[in-house]
Amino acid sequence: MDAIILQVLNGLDKGSAYALIALGLTLIFGTLGVVNFAHGALFMIGAFCAVTLSRILTLSHEVIDETRTDFLGNPLKVDVPYVYDIFGQATGDAIIDWAVPLSILFAIPVMILIGVVMERGLIKHFYKRPHADQILVTFGLAIVLQEIVKYYYGANPIPTPAPEAFTGSFDFGALIGMEANNIIYPYWRLVYFGFAAIVIGAVFAFLQFTTFGMVVRAGMADRETVGLLGINIDRRFTIMFGIAAAVAGLAGVMYTPINSPNYHMGMDFLVLSFVVVVVGGMGSLPGAVLAGFLLGILESFASMREVIDIIPGINQIIIYLVAIIILLTRPRGLMGRKGVMED
Amino acid sequence: MSKTNLTRRGLLKTSAVAGAGVALPTIFTSSANAFTNEPTGSTVTLGFNVPQSGPYADEGADELRAYELAVEHLNGGGDGGMMNTFSSKALQGNGILGKKVEYVTGDTQTKSDAARASAKSMIEKDGAIMITGGSSSGVAVAVQALCQEAGVIFMAGLTHSNDTTGKDRRANGFRHFFNSYMSGAALAPVLANAYGTDRKAYHLTADYNWGYTTEEAIRTSTEAMGWETVGTVLTPLTQTDFSSYIAPVLQSDADVLVLNHYGGNMVNSLTNAVQFGLRDRIANGKNFEIIVPLYSRLMAKGAGANVKGIFGSTNWHWSLSDEGSKAFVKSFGEKYGFPPSQAAHTCYVQAILYADAVQRAGSFQPCAVVEALEGFEFDGMGNGPTLYRAEDHQCFKDVLVVKGKENPTSEFDLLEVVEITPVEQVTYPHDHPQFAGGSLGSCNNGA
Amino acid sequence: MFGLDKKDTSLLILVAILTMLAPFILNPFPASSGLAQFNAGYPDLMQRFVIFGIFAIGFNILFGLTGYLSFGHAAFIGVGSYAAMWMFKLVGMNVLPALALSMVMSGLFAVVIGYISLRRSGIYFSILTLAFAMMSYALAYSVLATDMDGPDQQGLLQKGLTGGETGLQLTLQDPRVFGEQATADGNLPVPSLFGLEMRSSTELVMGDWVFTFSTGYYFCAVVMLLAFYLSIRIFRSPFGMMLRAIKSNQQRINYTGLNAKPYMLAAFVISGVYAGLAGGLMAAMDPLAGPERMFWTASGEVVLMTILGGVGTLIGPVLGAGLIKYMENILSKINSDILHTWFAFLPDGLEDFVVGMIYPFIGKGWHLTLGLIFMAVVIFLPGGLVEAGQRISRVFKGRKAPEGAKKSTTEPAE
Repeated sequence: MDAIILQVLNGLDKGSAYALIALGLTLIFGTLGVVNFAHGALFMIGAFCAVTLSRILTLSHEVIDETRTDFLGNPLKVDVPYVYDIFGQATGDAIIDWAVPLSILFAIPVMILIGVVMERGLIKHFYKRPHADQILVTFGLAIVLQEIVKYYYGANPIPTPAPEAFTGSFDFGALIGMEANNIIYPYWRLVYFGFAAIVIGAVFAFLQFTTFGMVVRAGMADRETVGLLGINIDRRFTIMFGIAAAVAGLAGVMYTPINSPNYHMGMDFLVLSFVVVVVGGMGSLPGAVLAGFLLGILESFASMREVIDIIPGINQIIIYLVAIIILLTRPRGLMGRKGVMED
Repeated sequence: MSKTNLTRRGLLKTSAVAGAGVALPTIFTSSANAFTNEPTGSTVTLGFNVPQSGPYADEGADELRAYELAVEHLNGGGDGGMMNTFSSKALQGNGILGKKVEYVTGDTQTKSDAARASAKSMIEKDGAIMITGGSSSGVAVAVQALCQEAGVIFMAGLTHSNDTTGKDRRANGFRHFFNSYMSGAALAPVLANAYGTDRKAYHLTADYNWGYTTEEAIRTSTEAMGWETVGTVLTPLTQTDFSSYIAPVLQSDADVLVLNHYGGNMVNSLTNAVQFGLRDRIANGKNFEIIVPLYSRLMAKGAGANVKGIFGSTNWHWSLSDEGSKAFVKSFGEKYGFPPSQAAHTCYVQAILYADAVQRAGSFQPCAVVEALEGFEFDGMGNGPTLYRAEDHQCFKDVLVVKGKENPTSEFDLLEVVEITPVEQVTYPHDHPQFAGGSLGSCNNGA
Repeated sequence: MFGLDKKDTSLLILVAILTMLAPFILNPFPASSGLAQFNAGYPDLMQRFVIFGIFAIGFNILFGLTGYLSFGHAAFIGVGSYAAMWMFKLVGMNVLPALALSMVMSGLFAVVIGYISLRRSGIYFSILTLAFAMMSYALAYSVLATDMDGPDQQGLLQKGLTGGETGLQLTLQDPRVFGEQATADGNLPVPSLFGLEMRSSTELVMGDWVFTFSTGYYFCAVVMLLAFYLSIRIFRSPFGMMLRAIKSNQQRINYTGLNAKPYMLAAFVISGVYAGLAGGLMAAMDPLAGPERMFWTASGEVVLMTILGGVGTLIGPVLGAGLIKYMENILSKINSDILHTWFAFLPDGLEDFVVGMIYPFIGKGWHLTLGLIFMAVVIFLPGGLVEAGQRISRVFKGRKAPEGAKKSTTEPAE
């Protein structure tokens, strides 16, 4: 029982990341009709926004400490961050400690800007082109983005811990009166889940309750008619691209304390998030979210020892197996619309 | 490969015949050269095959730095590094056998196919006489087999799986790095000392050959100390989030978690394990402990503060105070501004050992080099007295047991050496069950 | 000739001449010059050119003709390689039976995967094929690579069916019923064609040039020419017309009472067999089969090759395959040292500057160049390299080709 609760939590947590990436992917596909293979790269860039901000916050000048020596026997140069000089050591440490949450503020404008530039500069020219061309050009862009990040940050993962306050775990077991220390879950993963829920809710609310969102939804359903009504749908779609990029970026920012970011993390998620989108049904936002959580939970269950003992290797293939079964039984995924990407 | 001057017309004709599938006289396999890529000019070309793209690119970059340093030292440049402390004095600093050392580089991408392709291009196109480098056992085994077929020497880089000098050993291949068995043999007594002999271990193992051999080695040697293994789970290599593998540990009655992971897998699984509070956990009335059998300092950096206090083993560490290590750290550090990694160390040593063997053999001929390296005993290369065993081409030397440092003074100062396990304790017979099932074959000169 | 019209015959002959003379064409720079770095005329790379050419030709039969984008074609390469390796291990080192088994096994795989995946179209088809390929990859890497002999035995299956990460290799203990277990000097035998070793080669030294003629290369080249000829025949056959009809409007086909499924499945299986043949050849040239060749990036690579060269054109995929393999093998090997020797004639500061400008794009940065080229080709040459060729020839001929003709050859499909 305990194990199952834990795996459900794990599934929701993993599902949050899948759902956030898939949501942005579907948003772009639904509005612009573009298959964006660079979406994983946007997730990765979001994560590196957090890295960059913590690098900026820890920008330092060197002070030579004569009492200690470095590995070559020379006097040790100690790095003193500039924030110490400005705010004093205690406040400075607190700011550095909170680098990841602070990066949200930093990442939103950066990601929207990247998204808008990408759409105006590149994607715009590919609306009328076949999906294969879109895939190729965005894949090329993904490689370029990831190589640029690798050039500046190296290939190794870079630790970006959560604030001190969020280390440690929450004890569910004690909460519901069961044995302590048995059903515990890390605070930051709970934060991630909550954050994902808020972002997903915000995107849906935005589309549902604002005029802008209404127009966008109308445009997703029938672009030509909306255009004929004299509404500049293109500009709104550009903004939606920016928002989708920001969603992927935020997913990346908040993911950094869970796993240290590296330059290829986007590619690691790319194929999975495509599977999620397709299982959910191309062009369906609720479908993407649902499929994200569903696959996350199934993946968690499949990695339990009891399950692997019965079917060896199931943890390796579960997502693909489920995708095949769903696509064969439900032709357009869980909630797909007819006629989307079937030609 | 044979060098024959044929007329163009005749050649085209024979090629066409060859294509048509008719057996030919042995002209195509006859040899004019004594061995593959025999260096005839005033230079000799070595092939450095390291990961330059993919997750191990930084490790590969460090290996390449070490090779460049080794080439500089072999050609008489720089301060000579470990050549001054090396017990064999055959090398003169005038290249190898008087030939200036040149090198070509390739990208293994940490994929066996790509690694073989780039090794082949170095052999076929650039005339490399020896291939060295790499950062994974899969690549090492694949390239080693290729070098055996092609008739060049392979000096393995970072490869830790037992199989490299066990099931998949080859006569033309040599490994200086230590292996899974040695990690287990070195770690077990230290662990028993630190955590007691009454422990229940839970293994998470990367689902590929290196993972299997490491799990087997650690399990066997800890069980011999009295530990009990309560669970082993295989994790996919492509896994990035290990939460669903870590969570069940909470439900098991284990009080030790062994992470048979390397590189990115290790960074993520360790980070996740610490997130789940395993470090602060009390199980069976004891402090819960985590063990990482193979440490890499470069990768440990990615796990940040999570490595503190965690035991593991490593081939070499820059903080060692013997003359060889000091000389190497000095010349590497002065050239590049930071201390070398264990990958850099093993690669540098391999390059020097190869050059020395050629010098002592008086020939670049692979079989002569194999003979010079087999049973070769040396010292002064940072690991104490070392033997290149003839039966399996594995180096036997002291193994370092290390621990994540509690108060690092710099970004390089992540590990502290807990114990230098003497070589006797990690030596095993060459037909040990964990290594059985392979044979060296005989050395191949190619051509 | 050969049942082809004049244009196709001349294309086939041109390709034949180019492949036969490849050792000369790909080695334009003298061995001692700095530009020798760009020579591609060594056996391994030439073999890769034609092998991936076969793969791309086969892929194009499916993608170019029917517009169905398979994202899991690399699975067939893997199956072909493993099948060939098992032939080498169990039967003997002759390449013909190995290739035969590769084609049969990959064909069977393609029937199963195709039958299931073709129930869906568009991106759903792509994801289904991707899922099958990734499952094959994951299983080959792990479950199928565990010791199936039991802990105390060291037999054939001690590394499972696939050998896992290290790949499936030959060993001295393999039975090889119709061949030798080991050569006279105790080494592994090499793949051969009735005694003609695939790795043997002959060098021709002409002044400063060294040309290498590899048996393996010519064997692969002949196989590729056969594959190419067959693909021309398929393109021009009624069957090919039928596939094109499916691409342009599947509904209409159904309305006319024809069942498109068997045609699609046939195309899928043919292209799967091509991929299996390529996989078998890879194992024959280099007897080791690793699971990475089934990873999704490998499937993606053949898509890129096809689009880069020109979808639906006959020669395009071969050109695309050549370009990508050239970049992977040549660009990645240029290091800063080589750059410095090239630009040594410049004054010091300028030299460092030039090297610094180029360095991010070569050696370990070759992926960056690859990404940029993908983007450039798709943006500026929607029809791939073939369109580039057409544009150039148009310039030479000094007239503009009719718009319609261009469209029919370059219209990419999905």
